[in-house]
Amino acid sequence: MLSATGIDMMDILSQIQEVCRYAFLQRAIIAGCFMALGCSFLGIFLVLRRFSLIGDGLAHVSFATVAIGLLLNTQPIVVSVPLVALASLAILSLSEKAGMYGDAAIGLVSSFGIALGVIIASTAGGFNVDLFSYLFGNILSVSSLEVWMTVGISLLVVLVTMLFYHDLFAITFDEDYAHVSGIKVRMVNKILIILTALIVVLGIKIVGTMLVSSLIVLPAISALQVMRSFRGAIALAGIFAIASVIIGIFASYILNYPSGGTIVMVNFVFFFASFFLGRLKG
Amino acid sequence: MSLNIIEVKYLSVRYGGVEALARISFGIESGDYVGIVGPNGSGKTTLVKAILGLVPSDGEILFRGKGLSEFTCNNHIGYLPQKMSFLDQRFPATAGEIVVSGVYCCKKFPKRLAREDYKAAHQAMEILGVANLANRPIGKLSGGQQQRILLARALVHHPGLLILDEPTVALDPQSRESFYSVVRGLNKEHGVTVLLISHDSGTIGKYASKLLYLDRRIIFYGDFEEFCKSPQMSDYFGEGQHVICHRH
Repeated sequence: MLSATGIDMMDILSQIQEVCRYAFLQRAIIAGCFMALGCSFLGIFLVLRRFSLIGDGLAHVSFATVAIGLLLNTQPIVVSVPLVALASLAILSLSEKAGMYGDAAIGLVSSFGIALGVIIASTAGGFNVDLFSYLFGNILSVSSLEVWMTVGISLLVVLVTMLFYHDLFAITFDEDYAHVSGIKVRMVNKILIILTALIVVLGIKIVGTMLVSSLIVLPAISALQVMRSFRGAIALAGIFAIASVIIGIFASYILNYPSGGTIVMVNFVFFFASFFLGRLKG
Repeated sequence: MSLNIIEVKYLSVRYGGVEALARISFGIESGDYVGIVGPNGSGKTTLVKAILGLVPSDGEILFRGKGLSEFTCNNHIGYLPQKMSFLDQRFPATAGEIVVSGVYCCKKFPKRLAREDYKAAHQAMEILGVANLANRPIGKLSGGQQQRILLARALVHHPGLLILDEPTVALDPQSRESFYSVVRGLNKEHGVTVLLISHDSGTIGKYASKLLYLDRRIIFYGDFEEFCKSPQMSDYFGEGQHVICHRH
């Protein structure tokens, strides 16, 4: 069976069947799908609250924390989890208590992170190759431990979203009113931001610091183009994100492209389709 | 004598060294309809935000005799913020979802909505004549419809006190009149205490029973008749007193 482009579809299917037998690809698909699920659930709240760039900012901080981890000759994730969580709380604190705009607070912490990472990399020297591999990530090299951690964090995100759904909805729509209603806005904000930090730290292994925020932002923006209900938008963002990872991994394997970049490009395809569909719907 | 639903004692608010409110004290009785007026920058919105705990302040604020730290849904406050400029036209929620979110405060963790909650939301929307908009996206409604939906959200948990901050800024004159009629009905027929901020003194004169004139401190607080007959206020406002009083 030949497609219009001349590619043998049966051949592609047999290639997919064949690569599915590889353990590293199975790990990549499981980790990628759960990562996508967690990112997209958080993404809806972050995008609607004008915190779209927080993933980018925290990814830059994680660049510095990976450098510190490598400098200390320890697992980067051990250093990154607490430090990036602290950085996320610093961003929240700057915007809530110091009266700084959210994007300015992100910019401030992000600049500090990237500058620190560059200085450590230039002074230490020896681990630059390892460090720069985190810039772009490699989903095909995730370990079993990283898979389990990703599954755990993503399930935690889904559980928290379900338990705090009404509070998150109220805060996302109108934070002042949520506060007046007696909702513990600061506590819910802290939970949201720490979960974002955790998912970013795990995400840099999959798509790298350069692209992790796109896993958070793109499925959410795409879903918001077409959905008119809040629950529907969360569900569709999850579907877009998981589909992007699966299609992206197979496409990158078959076409021999970098997996992170391919996953993000598939996300863009979903975005453009949603954008035009949304305009058609009015 | 009615019990004060709100008691404000020596309330002060400072923004970066500038005093926005200076040692303000007053009480609002249950069933009152109080209009807050004052020039731009006089601290009207700051006063409301301080009462609601949205800005840090010094002094004491009591709701039905309880302190701000004990502020819970039991205090039954409905709040309609100043102009929904933050409302994203593409926000993915229906009008019904927004209205029913008004009951979240009364729920305990993990919050789950019951059939009665949806019924209460429907009733609030019926009172405001917007029940037919329940399934429409909030961002697709007109400014007047959005204000009514937000008022329905404020009313859904049957508040004893309704705080409205310039609620009709984005509305045309007809929608404005209609909106204020609804609020007056809530005050007269349902006994809801109303605290209304407006830059339009004519509106305050027409609907409110008491006037609080603010200019970082309280210039006047009391009945409208008292304000209109006061020689001191006449000296203070000049022609302005007549503007405020002529529609009362």
